[in-house]
Order: sequence, then structure tokens, then C-alpha cells
Amino acid sequence: MVPWKDEKATSRMNKQGSRRKSIQVIAFSFLGVASLSALIVLGLILYFMIAQGSKAISWGFITQFPRHRMTEGGIYPALVGSFYLGAGAVLVAFPLAVSSAIWLSEYARTGWWVRTIRVGVNTLAGVPSIVFGLLGFAFFVKVLGFGVSVLAGAFTLALLILPIIIRSSEEALRSVPRGFREGSLALGATQWHTVRTIVLPAALPGILTGAVLGVSRAVGETAPIMFTAAAFYMAKLPKSPFDKVMALPYHIYVMATESPNYWCTKDLQFGTALVLLGLVLTLNLGVVVWRTRLRRRKKW
Amino acid sequence: MIMATETKSLQTTAEWVARNLPSETIIDVEGLNFYYGRERILHDISLSISGKGVTAIMGPSGCGKSTFLRTLNRMYELTPGARAEGRISFLGEDLFRIDSVALRREIGMVFQQPNPFPKSIYENIAYGPRVHGIRRRSQLNEIVEESLRRAALWDEVKDSLRKSAFSISGGQQQRLCIARALAVRPQVLLMDEPSSSLDPKASAQIEATARELSEELAVVIVTHNLHQAARVSDYVAVFMTGGELVEDGPTKKVFEQPEDPRVQDYLEGRFG
Repeated sequence: MVPWKDEKATSRMNKQGSRRKSIQVIAFSFLGVASLSALIVLGLILYFMIAQGSKAISWGFITQFPRHRMTEGGIYPALVGSFYLGAGAVLVAFPLAVSSAIWLSEYARTGWWVRTIRVGVNTLAGVPSIVFGLLGFAFFVKVLGFGVSVLAGAFTLALLILPIIIRSSEEALRSVPRGFREGSLALGATQWHTVRTIVLPAALPGILTGAVLGVSRAVGETAPIMFTAAAFYMAKLPKSPFDKVMALPYHIYVMATESPNYWCTKDLQFGTALVLLGLVLTLNLGVVVWRTRLRRRKKW
Repeated sequence: MIMATETKSLQTTAEWVARNLPSETIIDVEGLNFYYGRERILHDISLSISGKGVTAIMGPSGCGKSTFLRTLNRMYELTPGARAEGRISFLGEDLFRIDSVALRREIGMVFQQPNPFPKSIYENIAYGPRVHGIRRRSQLNEIVEESLRRAALWDEVKDSLRKSAFSISGGQQQRLCIARALAVRPQVLLMDEPSSSLDPKASAQIEATARELSEELAVVIVTHNLHQAARVSDYVAVFMTGGELVEDGPTKKVFEQPEDPRVQDYLEGRFG
């Protein structure tokens, strides 16, 4: 039998233990607070936007054209313009991005060429958006002669969101269980048939999620459209893809920097920002809800 | 791991009545070597597989038995760095020169984990025939019913063909996978530890199905379960660590009078 240690020793051990435990409590509290910071920032942004911008929000605000040198009226053309640009960008980027993701995840064997492409995709994701703007101006506006237009802006934004959609699509494709592919190949299906009928449908939710996130990114960008698509003010909606267009983020920028009387438009600026923010948040939230629904349905 | 108490019952050998099946060879393997990169997985394997009956490939983990199975339908080609050398003839033709897509139609496969597609039960079975160009609804219906019957699943799912394949139990899913493989009417069915993830009852059903099917086609089943091999197979091939085939022959003979002392040890549970 081991003799019981005396009381003193026990309390000494407990004391040491409790000191270590309180350090742990401090550490975890710090980590917990740090993890809250993202939520706090989001909350602050929402609070300021709603507090300052809700004054301007009305039905007329989103259905009317700006009036009186943009000191009154609504943001209808900018809203429509942002829609055109976002839709255009995803239309251009989606087929390209999904094709490259399929190639990267299904066909490409490992090697320097694949590694180079991956590095390229990741680098592209890190290129500052103003650089895309300049490239778009030089290439789409000038070289291809699109002019400052919806088309040039959509293509420029497409380049910006290309890596986003490639990466999320590739991830979605890779998360399709290997068993699905093997099951299909073992039946004598070709690899292409397997990709088309088994892998792609299974990965589609993830791929579309990436596309929506791409759209929300494209809608919020200012720099890429500044030289390629955006108009200071337009009295009419664009009639063709070769017309200039107003867009929400650029509209905010213009009102804040170039309007002769900045204070008159303060409410309008916050209102516009609130609409833009609402748009982006709705897109993101919609994706989250939709994805959890799909996840609940699939069971692999 | 085989426990000592189980060893005795193994000595009683095959638990079935020997069948009189024709013993024509359908796959003939000669001097097969297999490599992953520089590592040699299979050493000079020679084995004839009968066109009817169940051939069990058994052996301890890591002896290359699954690799061997994946060589027979050339699924190994999907793994980068995998290379097979040697001669395999399938119905007298060079297996390595047959188009792999055409080959896999003749040599079907069932995997370790049930892997139904995320589609309905019906669509799972109809997938293979569709791949091979069958479009007529009536013909597909016929194939689906026939395949499910052969896999002994029809009675359980005939009223829920439109339901998701994930809505049925694991054992049913595995039989669904068997039915799916049968739907393209293969001449050989490879089974890679098909019941390793199933409970004993589901496992017994798979074994019964395999045995029944083997009256019409060749079944090659990989298993590390000696009891299963004894219960289900007509022929066995014993692989050993290092990728060697040490003994093969009729199940009864190998279980009762193994020639190789290593096989004796293995059967008595001294390793593996």
C-alpha cells in the first residue's frame, strides 16, 4: 500500500494546478474574444450603414434616376449597371473557370505544368484589383476596341473572379468521393462520361456557391471598372454592351469625391452603400442557406 | 487477427457441398509483376481463374491482393506511378491490349465500401446499360428488375425504385452495387472485400449472392477473412506479405492439406 500523502502536499499540488488552470482560462478567453472580432467588425459596419443610410432608403431611391446633379433622386441606373456587370462577369468567367477546375482536378496528372498553373491561379487571386483595371483598360478597352463599356467591364471583372471560381470549383470537384468515380469507371464508362454524369452533378452545389461568391465580389469592386466600364452619370440605361454604365461602388466614389457639394449627398452615399452591402450580404447569405439545405440532403 | 478459438473450426474447412462446375479458365495470369514507382508490390504471380465458381484471393493485409484484383480490370491505371508487367489473357486475348473501357464492361467490380451513385435506386442500375447505349425504357426496366433479382434485392426495393440509393441500409447498398455491376452483364465479377464494412447478417447475404452468381459467371473475391473464404469459395489463392502467391487450388484441398508451411501457419492463425 502506498501511504497517503500529507494534506500539505495535496494543497500544494492543487495550488499549482489552479495557477496553470487560470492561465488556461486567460488564454482561452483571449482567443475567444479574438475570434469574435470579425463578428464585431461586421456588426459595426452594419450598424453605421443602417444608422446613416436608412434615411435615404425608399422605394423611389432604388427605382429613380439621380436628379439635380446627383444631389437628389435614386440610384436605379447604378443598380441595374451593377447587375449587368456582375452577370456579365460571371457569364464570362464561369465556363472558363469550371473547365479549368475540371481539368485540374480530373485530368491533370501531377507535374511542373500543373504546378505552374496552380501557382498562376493563386497569384492571380492576389493581384490588386486596380491592376486588373489597368489591364482591362489596356487590353479590352484599347487593344480589342471594346471602348469603355459594359463588355469591357464584365471581361475585366471576369478576370478578377476567375481564380475565386476556379478554386472553389476545384475544391468542390475534389470533395466528390473517389468511390463515385471508380464505380462509374468500373462499369465501363469513359472518364469524360464519368465526369459529366457523376462528378459534375455531385459537385454542382459547391461550384455554384463559388460562382455566387464571385458575383458578389465583382459587384462590390470599384477599381476594375473605373477605367473600363463606369460612367459618372447617365440619363439612360445602357442600350448595348458597348455603352458605358453606372455602377453602385463607383457611384459612391463619385459622390464622395467629385461632387461639388459633398455634404449634400452624404445621405445618398450611405444609402447607396447600404444597398450595395445589402446586395452582397444577401447573395452570401443565400448561398449559405442553400448550401446547408443541399448538405442535409446528400449523405456521403 | 484470428483468435485461437476460431482456429479449430477453420480446420473443418469448406462449409459447403462441393459443386460440379465446369472449370474452363477465363483469366490466365502468367508471371505478373506489379510496381508502384520503384516499389514492387506483386512478385511473379501466375494463376488461372475459372470461368465459373468463386475464387477467393486471401492473405494478410498488405500482401497485394487488392492490387492483384485491380490489375484484372485495369483499375490500377488510375493510380499514377502504377505499372504492371507480365501476361494476362482474358478469353484467350491479351488483357493489356483490350481497350480498358471495353474490358471493364466484361469484368465488373464491387468495392470495399458500398459506393452507390447519388441517384435513385433505379438510376443506379440503369447507369451502366445507359453508358453502353441502351435507351429504351422497357429494356431498361427489364434490366433493372433482372439485375436486382440476381443480386437478391428485388423484393426489398421493388416499391422504392425511385428513392435515393442512400436511403437503404449498408448491406442493401452493397447488393445494389452488385446489381449495378451485373446490369452490364459482365463475365467476371471482382469483389474487393465486399463485406468488410457490413454486419455478419448482411455479410452472409453477400456471400450467398456471390455463390449463386458464380454458377453463371466467374466471381473473384478478395478477403482477409479466412472463414469467409472457406464459406464462399471453390478455389483459393493465398498471397503472402511481399506480394507472392504461395499456394492456390481447390478450397477444400488448400484448407485441409496445404502444401506450403507458410499457408499452414497462416490458416492456423500464427500470422496475418
